[in-house]
Formats: sequence, structure tokens, C-alpha cells
Amino acid sequence: MLTVENIDVHRGKTHVLHQIDLHVGHGEIIALIGANGAGKTTTLKTISGLLRPTKGKILYTPEAGKAPIDISTMAPEQIVGAGISQCPEGRGVFAQLSVKENLLVGAYLRSDKEIEKDIQSVYEMFPILGERSTQAAGKLSGGQQMMLALGRSLMSQPKLLILDEPSLGLAPLIIETIFAMLQKINSQGVTILIVEQNAVMALDLSHRAYVLETGRVALSGLSSDLASNPQIQKSYLGVE
Amino acid sequence: MDSGYIAQQLVNGLILGSMYALVAIGFSMIYGIVRLINFAHGDIVMIGAFATLAFIETVGLPFPLVALCVFLTCCGVGIVIERVSFRPMRGAPQVTGFIASLGISIMLQNIGILTLSAQPRNFSFPGYMQTILHLGSVSFRIIDLVIFLTAIVLMVTLVLLVKKTKLGIAMRATAENIDVARLMGININHTIMATFAIGSGLAGIAGLMWGGKFGQIDPLMGYVPGLKSFVAAVIGGVGSIPGAILGGFILGLAEVLFVGLLPPIYSSYRDAFVFGTLIVILIILPNGLLGKDLEDRA
Amino acid sequence: MEMNRPRYSLAIMIISLTVFSFLIENMANDYILAIVCFTGINIVLAVSLNLTNGFTGLFSLGHPAFMAVGGYITALLTFPAEKKPLFLPDFPQWLDSFHLPFFPALLVGGCGAAFVAFLVGISVLRLKGHYLAVATMGFIIIIQVLLNNADTITRGPLGLNGLEDFTNTYWVSGWVIVTVYICWKIKFSSLGRSMLAVREDEMAANALGVNLFSTRSFALIVGAFFAGIAGGLWGHLITALTPGSFSLLMSFNIIVMVVVGGTGSITGSVLAAIIFTLTIECFRPLEENFGIYGVGEIVMALFLVLVLIFKPSGIFGTEEPDFVMGKHKP
Repeated sequence: MLTVENIDVHRGKTHVLHQIDLHVGHGEIIALIGANGAGKTTTLKTISGLLRPTKGKILYTPEAGKAPIDISTMAPEQIVGAGISQCPEGRGVFAQLSVKENLLVGAYLRSDKEIEKDIQSVYEMFPILGERSTQAAGKLSGGQQMMLALGRSLMSQPKLLILDEPSLGLAPLIIETIFAMLQKINSQGVTILIVEQNAVMALDLSHRAYVLETGRVALSGLSSDLASNPQIQKSYLGVE
Repeated sequence: MDSGYIAQQLVNGLILGSMYALVAIGFSMIYGIVRLINFAHGDIVMIGAFATLAFIETVGLPFPLVALCVFLTCCGVGIVIERVSFRPMRGAPQVTGFIASLGISIMLQNIGILTLSAQPRNFSFPGYMQTILHLGSVSFRIIDLVIFLTAIVLMVTLVLLVKKTKLGIAMRATAENIDVARLMGININHTIMATFAIGSGLAGIAGLMWGGKFGQIDPLMGYVPGLKSFVAAVIGGVGSIPGAILGGFILGLAEVLFVGLLPPIYSSYRDAFVFGTLIVILIILPNGLLGKDLEDRA
Repeated sequence: MEMNRPRYSLAIMIISLTVFSFLIENMANDYILAIVCFTGINIVLAVSLNLTNGFTGLFSLGHPAFMAVGGYITALLTFPAEKKPLFLPDFPQWLDSFHLPFFPALLVGGCGAAFVAFLVGISVLRLKGHYLAVATMGFIIIIQVLLNNADTITRGPLGLNGLEDFTNTYWVSGWVIVTVYICWKIKFSSLGRSMLAVREDEMAANALGVNLFSTRSFALIVGAFFAGIAGGLWGHLITALTPGSFSLLMSFNIIVMVVVGGTGSITGSVLAAIIFTLTIECFRPLEENFGIYGVGEIVMALFLVLVLIFKPSGIFGTEEPDFVMGKHKP
């Protein structure tokens, strides 16, 4: 579905990503793990079009069997339109907009009649959002904001959902709710690419994973294999 | 100093304030979305005034159509200015945009001097607009009433647009977080362009009103309403549209009352009073009356 | 070598400007002399504004206001006593006793401007970026209103005229040397490095022990001192002062020089001041002969916007170019 081919990314004069290769298959959940500053967020921003690679291609195949398109030169809104939705780091809800307006912004590129119905299904998924639909999103708790951010990303009916650190700063119970919801979303046919510092959760959720270190792919493989890799256990899973 | 005199001053203040508010809205909207103090905004008022003159005298359009054409002309000017100068600077330090807007302001004024000459021109609306109405002890011209009502209608329309429409929601989302707005599929270039267009269109209408009220226009006329509307926007809280409206009326009233109620020798200190207020507000109340804490300004 | 370089440069600058002033005073006509003096005054203005805006990253538009303060103080201190009854019939008696020759009057004017900057600094230096710019712009307008209204000593909007034409290329060259030398010394001192640090990252600078407020105040005050001097020189060059001259347009002209030359580059400011003064003077006869008023300003504004788009740090950035520094950078 998504093949990142050999990309280099610079931020200002700093060379942040070096020859990154990633592959995301249809229906998979892929995790991207690594320490702070390894280049995880930069990778996601590049896929979403907020940053431009200085080298390499990002090939995207919306449906299996179709010809891939290179999205590395497309504008973010075109990429969203093609079916890739990113739930940004720190959730990024629009604090001054109401819960419902946030969801409407998520459906910005749609003009069909189903929008209202999809808002209702987000409310079914997370009833608290329905109860607070006219309140400013800034008044929600961290966990509720995460639910809103996730619901908002789903409003664009993505084929590929990208999440940047969904567990950041949340209570364990809420993280579990969110991850369970991701599992369910995936089972409905949405491919997921997730960046996490919480490697235990990420490897548990995902099918395959990539480990980034200082802007390079250090390791990759089946998540279950990586979870039992002693090196990974030592560095990322806290197993001595 | 009887109550009739004060009522008259209040009416004058409201009329002046409604013009400040229209210009201040544009300042605030543009600041809110791209964090730019657009100093050239005041000169759009001048362009609006000259466009009015052109559409009335040269083309000979009826009045409501003139207003529409002036609005559209100034929308266009706003779009061009954003596209050719502010968009290439997006992402640069805020001061860069501000200096550029000073440059654009000077350019527009001097293009005005070059093509239209610096001589003031008379600006007169059809005679019936000058008819004086009396309401108790308060009197005003029809033009004053038209100015006030048009301003109110435009403000209500704008507030509804920003509150209810898809474009309005996108504008507010972009103002809050430009990167996340892009991740939601919002074409921020379009949203920013729309903001400049609407803000400039309103300033153009204010130019029409300014000319109608004071009867004379010249290429440097935008300077004073521009600066004062900026002060109004700061009073209300830059970035907030209701704040800009409130600030406009407060400044209009305060200015008229300052001149009308204090002994005449103070009236020549009017501008010092306005800008003194600006500095004091920037220091003690940097978010204005209704502004949200967008970032630290002090 | 490195240590001696500024001293060499200073000597070269003094000698060449003295020779230049001597030659031009004796050979050129009044028109050329006036242009040379304007150029020098603009150098003083641009370099001193660069100290405030370029080094510290403050964005003050208040230079014309400081010029006005310096200019009016100098003019009143040197105003010929025999003209006072005619021009300033209501001049307060107690001020009459203060009368100074040109040089001390200039110094007092500069100090007056610096003192006003100190007062202004206390109130507005907490503001940042374009908010400071707007506040200092308000300050220009306030000063204009005050000058217009204090008509017993300033003649209000009519302006003070009939000043003695003290300013000549010697005075101007002298002040160019002093301004450039002092700003250069400041830039390459530890104080200058604190200033640049404040500009680049004020939180980090503060954490390293740089006092933000006093560094900024210092930059504003020193800049204002030279602006005051420039105001005095300017008044006694055109022999008249009107409140309207010290406008936002004047501020804009100085800012164009600083921004185009490079915010932080003294060489850049000097060159930009020379080029811009000469350009504007070239346009003036064109404008008058063909009735195309405003072309000079349009060209300058256009140039400014282009520089901001394509080279926002200005032609020289913060650097001093190699031909000034030699191979040894301090």
C-alpha cells in the first residue's frame, strides 16, 4: 500500500533522515519505534507532505492491484484526499473549536451526505464526545482529546491511518481503550502505521515493526520476532 | 453640557467606531491566521475610496452596485498583495512580514500619488444622502445612518460566516494550528487567501464610508484609519473578530468623547491619546479585552 | 595583527575622511555638499539603528522620534539670541539663559535623546517583535503631537527655521567615524556578543546570565544617542525643523537601509546608506522634471520587499565582509 523508497530529509541544514525504506502492506498494522530524535515524527510528516524529501520516493497504492502514485511531491491536502490521514503528535485538536467542529474539519474534503452519519458513529464509538459535542475541545481531558483526534482522523474515511504517539501522556486504562479501538478499526479494513515510544504496546498491536535509530532503519521484522530479540528487549522493552 | 449634547457625541462616536471596526476586523483576521500585522491594510481603505469615486463618476453605477464592486475590487487587491508578497515570506520571522507590509503601504501610497496626484479630491454622494434627520435632540445625515447600518449588517454576516460555514471553520482551524489544518486536508493557501480577500473587502467598504462621511479623499488618507483601526484591534484583542468590533466602537466613542467633553485645548492631543492608549494596552493587557492567548507578546 | 587591525582601520578611516572632507569642501558646489552631508547623516542613522535593531533583534521604529528630540534640543540651544524675539516671542525666560556652541549642543541633544530612550525603554522593552515595532511607531506619533502643541518653544507645525547652517562635511565625517567606531567596538566586545545572543535565542542568553532588559536598554539608548546627534546635524544642515519631517516615512527609509544592508552588519548599513541616499537624490530631479512624484519611494519599497523575499537577512547578513575584515576575523 505504501512504499517509502530510500528517502533523505533535511530540516534546515540538518540531515535528519538517511535512506529510509519502509513498506506497509494492505490491511497491516505497522509500528515505527525508536528513541527521541530518531526521526519517527519526521518520517510521518514527510509521508503526509508537511516535509519534502530531498531524495527518494514515496509510492502509495490506494487499492491493491492499482498503479502506485508518488506522493512525495504532493501537497498535504491532496495526500489526505488520496486516503491517508494522520493523527498528529500531541493530538492537535483545535482547542477553540467545538468537538463537533473538530469532526467537521476532519471531513473537510468530503461533500457527501454521510458526514452527519459518520459523526454519529464517532459518538457511538466514544459516547463522551457525543455528550460534549458543543463544548470547546480545549476543555476536554487528555484522553478525551485523543479520542477526538482519532475520531477526527477517521472522518476523512482514510484507507491508511497514521498515528503519531497516541499514548503520549495518557493514563494506562485510556491507552488500552484507544489501542483496542485501533485493533477494531484495522479489522474493518483500515491499514495503520503507528509511531510509538511505548514499544511494548506497539509491538503487541502491530504485525510488523521498524526500529529507527538516528535517522536510519536499524532493524525491521515481524513484531513478535522483534519482541523476543534480546537487543530490542534491552533497549526498548526494559527487559534486563 | 446637556444630555442632548452627550447623546449627539455618542451617536458620532458610534458612526466613527463602526468604520474603525470594519477595518479592525481585517487586521484581526489576518493577524489571527498568519500572525502578520499588515500595515498596508489601512491603504486598502484608500483604494476603496478611490474605487468608489471611479465607479460612481466614471462608470456611473447605482449606489448598492458601487458598494459591491468596491468590495470585490478590494478583495482582489488583498489577494494580489498576499500572493505576491506575504506568501513567499511565510515561515519567516514575524517582523519580516511587518516590515514588508510597511514597504507595501509606502508603495501603495506613492502609486496613488503617482497616478492620481497628491491633491485631495472631493467626494460627494447623491444629494439625498446628505439630508439631515432629527431624532429628538440628536441629528445625523442619511449617509451616517447608511454607514452605521451597513457596518452592522456586514459584521453580523461575517460573524455568521466564520461561525457557521465550512470556510469559517477552516479559517478558525488554520488560525489555531496551521500544520494540523493541513493534515486535515485544508488547503491553507485558499483559506489564507479568503481571509485577506474578506478583510480587504471590508476595508474597501470602510473607504467608501470614510469618503462619504468626510467628503475628501487623497492617496495618504489610509494612514490614519489604518493606524487607529489597528489600535482598535489591539484593544479588542488581535485575532478576535468580536474583539475587533468591540475595540472599534470603544475607540470611536473614546475619541469623540475625548474631543467633545474635554476643554478644546486638549483636542489637538487626540492622536497622542489614541497611541498612548495603544502602548498602555500592549503593556498591561497584551491580549486585549476578548483576545485569546495566542502567544507571548510581552 | 588581529589586535591592531581595528586601529589601522580607524587611522585609515580618519585620514581618508579628513582628506575627502577637505577636498569636497573646497571643490564641490553647495548641492553636492548637501548630498554628501545627507549621506553621512544617513550613515550615522543606519549604523546606530543597526545597533538597536540588528544586533539585539529589537525592532524599534522610533529613530525619527529620537532624532526629533536631539534635533530640537540642539536647535534651541544654538538658536541665535537676536532672532528669538522675532521667531519665538513667547519663549520662556528661564530657557533663554541656556545657550551653547554647536558641538556641546549636539552632545546635549544626543544625551537628551538617550534619556528619552531610557524612559521609553522602561515601558516598552517588555514587548517583543512586531509589538515593539508598533509601540515605537505610536511613540513617533506621540512625539509629533507634543512638538506640534508645544508651540511656545517649537513654533508648532510651522517648525523652527532660521537655524544656523553649522553642519558641514567635517562635522558629519567626524560623527560618521565616531558612530562606526563605537558600534564596531561594541559589536566585537563581550557586550556585542551578548546582544547577538539575545537576538538569536533570548531564553538561552538569559540562562547564560545575560541580563535581557539591560542589554536591550543599552542598545536602545546608544542607538538613540546617535539618532539625536543625527537629528542635530540634520536640523543645522537644512536649517529648519518641522514635526512632520520626523515621520514614519523617515523611519521606513532608515529601516530599508538596515534591512537591505544586513541586520547586524555595519558595513552593510554604511553601503546601503550611501546607495540609498544617492538613489533618492537621483530620482529627485527626475520626479521634479517629469512630475512623477513618488517614484523614488516606490522603487525603494519594491527593492525592500524583494530583498525580504529573496534574501531576508540582507545583503551582508550579520557578517562584516572580508574586504573590511581582512583575513583575520575577530
